Amino acid sequence: MSRRVVVDPITRIEGHLRVEAMLNDRGVIENAMSSGTMWRGIEVILQGRDPRDAWAFCERICGVCTTVHALASVRAVENAIGIKVPQNADIIRNIMFLTQMVQDHVIHFYHLHALDWVDVVSALKATPAATADLAQKVSPTWHNSSPGYFADVQGTVKKFVESGQLGIFQNAYWGHPAYKLPPEANLMAVAHYLEALRWQKEIVKIHTIFGGKNPHPNYLVGGMASAINMERLNYVRDLITDAARMVEGMYIPDLLAVASFYPEWTTIGGGLGNYMVYGDLPQNGIGDPSRFRFPGGVILNKNLGEVLPVDLTDQGQIREEIAHSWYEYPAGKEALHPWEGVTAPKYTGPKPPYKQLDENGKYTWLKAPRWKGNAMEVGPLARMLVGYASGRADFKEVVNEALGKLKVPATALFSTLGRTAARGLETRLAVNWLGAEFDHLMTNLKSGDSATADTAHWEPSTWPADCKGFGFTEAPRGSLGHWVQIHGGKIANYQIVVPSTWNASPKDGKGQHGAYEAALMGTPMADPLRPVEILRTIHSFDPCLACASHVIGPDGRKLSEVVVR
Amino acid sequence: MGLEATLVPRIVEAMDKKPRIPVIWLHGLECTCCSESFIRSSHPVAQDVVLNMISLDYDDTLQAAAGFQVEEIRKRIMKEYAGEYLLAVEGNAPTRDGGVYCTVGGDTFLNILVETAEKAKAVVAWGSCASNGCVQAARPNPTGAKPVKDLIPHRAVINVPGCPPIAEVMTGVLTYILTFGTLPELDRQGRPKMFYGQRIHDKCYRRPFFDAGQFVEAWDDEGARKGWCLYKMGCRGPSTYNSCSTFKWNNGVSFPIGSGHGCIGCSEENFWDNGPFYQRLSNVVVPGIESTPDQIGKTLTVLAGAGVAAHFGSYMVRRGINAAKKEKPVPSAPEKEGGDQ
Repeated sequence: MSRRVVVDPITRIEGHLRVEAMLNDRGVIENAMSSGTMWRGIEVILQGRDPRDAWAFCERICGVCTTVHALASVRAVENAIGIKVPQNADIIRNIMFLTQMVQDHVIHFYHLHALDWVDVVSALKATPAATADLAQKVSPTWHNSSPGYFADVQGTVKKFVESGQLGIFQNAYWGHPAYKLPPEANLMAVAHYLEALRWQKEIVKIHTIFGGKNPHPNYLVGGMASAINMERLNYVRDLITDAARMVEGMYIPDLLAVASFYPEWTTIGGGLGNYMVYGDLPQNGIGDPSRFRFPGGVILNKNLGEVLPVDLTDQGQIREEIAHSWYEYPAGKEALHPWEGVTAPKYTGPKPPYKQLDENGKYTWLKAPRWKGNAMEVGPLARMLVGYASGRADFKEVVNEALGKLKVPATALFSTLGRTAARGLETRLAVNWLGAEFDHLMTNLKSGDSATADTAHWEPSTWPADCKGFGFTEAPRGSLGHWVQIHGGKIANYQIVVPSTWNASPKDGKGQHGAYEAALMGTPMADPLRPVEILRTIHSFDPCLACASHVIGPDGRKLSEVVVR
Repeated sequence: MGLEATLVPRIVEAMDKKPRIPVIWLHGLECTCCSESFIRSSHPVAQDVVLNMISLDYDDTLQAAAGFQVEEIRKRIMKEYAGEYLLAVEGNAPTRDGGVYCTVGGDTFLNILVETAEKAKAVVAWGSCASNGCVQAARPNPTGAKPVKDLIPHRAVINVPGCPPIAEVMTGVLTYILTFGTLPELDRQGRPKMFYGQRIHDKCYRRPFFDAGQFVEAWDDEGARKGWCLYKMGCRGPSTYNSCSTFKWNNGVSFPIGSGHGCIGCSEENFWDNGPFYQRLSNVVVPGIESTPDQIGKTLTVLAGAGVAAHFGSYMVRRGINAAKKEKPVPSAPEKEGGDQ
């Protein structure tokens, strides 16, 4: 007998996500469907507005990966108008980008993903002294590792549990057989969950210094409007130093320690095997991709021997389909490049409240973006693989070191755990680059270059009457593109393809699954009523949208089912 | 926040002894910036709020469980703590086409919100989405998104606007309710007066440059480098009621104007449609050295230039044009309600 498992809401993500999964007799996922159940219409709202305001609207697409849409937006408008920003503006943007990436990845690991691997209740059984021993072994340089420290944390957890009000930890999957950490490792992880929660509010102060606030700091078409002086710069330098200490002393050791208990997850959740990166972190302007710290490119079928070029302006490369999405296109159109993109919603799903969606019909608010017709995965794993396959020494070093410590082959990267590990390794690179970008800024200032904005093209009267542009970045969750058309100083069309649209994409017209759907296939579930395994793989992508995944019969036929929700 | 020092022991005692109040934190159409801001709080820190002050029983962003297990929790709290739980809402609900633009657990967010508000002790609307509609409600509002107060008109709603609100304002509102067992005093728009009673302009450290007539005229110009007033670059400080220039952001590190970009007025109703952002506000009397700050207009909109006129004649713009016709600025003294934007 097959089972349909519906998980809605998927929690610990940004937005609302629904997952339905169909299991075979052995409890293995055979088919899956991912469906976004939320649409806000930002692209429609942008029509007719001042392109210089677009960054602020776009930034509000996401408050978790705040800044990334603002960055893609100012780049799109600058590209359309023909503005080249001063190098200092690029550097400040790079610092803000890296700050976001480091903070977001740490939050994801500890607050959104860790509870898939860490059993909070088991931490109560740990011995503080043994936990201190473990912590010393895992990270000899991390200061918070005394028995007293862990006894204190355990006391906090105990008091909380004994209050009988378990808040966000209630009704969860504690004691599930998929949890493998010993009590001491669980206590250490809980202590670091709380430490990371305190730390994350510190690093974002870099955004506050350059952009005035976090979440949602300010950007500017033409550069950055950042008021800085020596005191501010010293503040930034201190925050970067602290961040590097935290990533190397706590996050990476924790990641490797937790991963070592879950070797089976290096063979589960690989999914598509197609990876795409636009690239980012310009060292010589956004127009020179050869000098990006994150190289762009495409890897198909896990072939690390070849990195194909990706071009956002080539109308034959990136195209969005809507065969299974609640939108309509003009008659005769099946796939559109974002410059020609149309966002016309048309809901044809079941009337809420509903029990399930129809995998053969339209089932999501997400379009299905494809690269030359292929479904792609984007994000940290894609970036690490493209950097690695491009032969970049910095990428190879962190990847090989981690593989060596975990004693696993490179193929282990094509998995749920590989995705989670890649995020941590990327954070190592990012925090290191953060220091390098800061030094670059200081060098420029020292040499007398203090320009942060190009205002020659600020007034719309200086723009071409009709122009179009594209902007891109590597958001924490993957490649992000904005495409804008400007007529008479106003936005004529605006299209956004976000990382989670790639990853959480529904099937396309040819029936090819998106990355989440593909990654869920073949996953064994110990207890379908407590879907820890689904959460692990879905969370490994760090979803950032309202979306859902729906696991169904392989050919869509009606199966006897146990509806979990 | 306007509390006297003698009240501090009372706060500490209240936090220690009371069973923690159950909180259901719903997410509708939003971007989660309010949750992100909340966990940035420095005093109290988020850990203290979640472990010691409230019982955050439902919050899809942080919840360990998923799927039907969390929906069970919501139903249980609604039943077992009827009339006692706090409902916090982040985001708003689309009303067009039966609310299909946002569903959770197969049901519309609209239904869930109305159902959960029914037996709540109090309703807090976090951020501009829940308070005013925010970006998805900007023209043409394709999903028919409406703020919380419009969806549960029979309930009093505490509006805590801002995109997002300042972290310490969020935790300040919560701790006030927990400590005094009552809601803070609200203005006509349902905003706590203690946090939204003054204009950013009135406490801005760049105000002396405004009064002296010294302005940034272009990005990165000499005035920008000297930290002069950003009014001419479109700053909404003169028309925005918030605590940004008082508490500042991220534990007092800075605020938008302090970092060199104007305020976009993100805590004001309709601020997305009251633009473009870089167009200066109209009917602000720009003082020279001899002017006094009291001459500054209070009801402010963007200059009714060609760009704005093309903006479909919104309520705000029409009001701006009408105000401009009077050719006389409205006095600036904040009224008792703490603002009438």
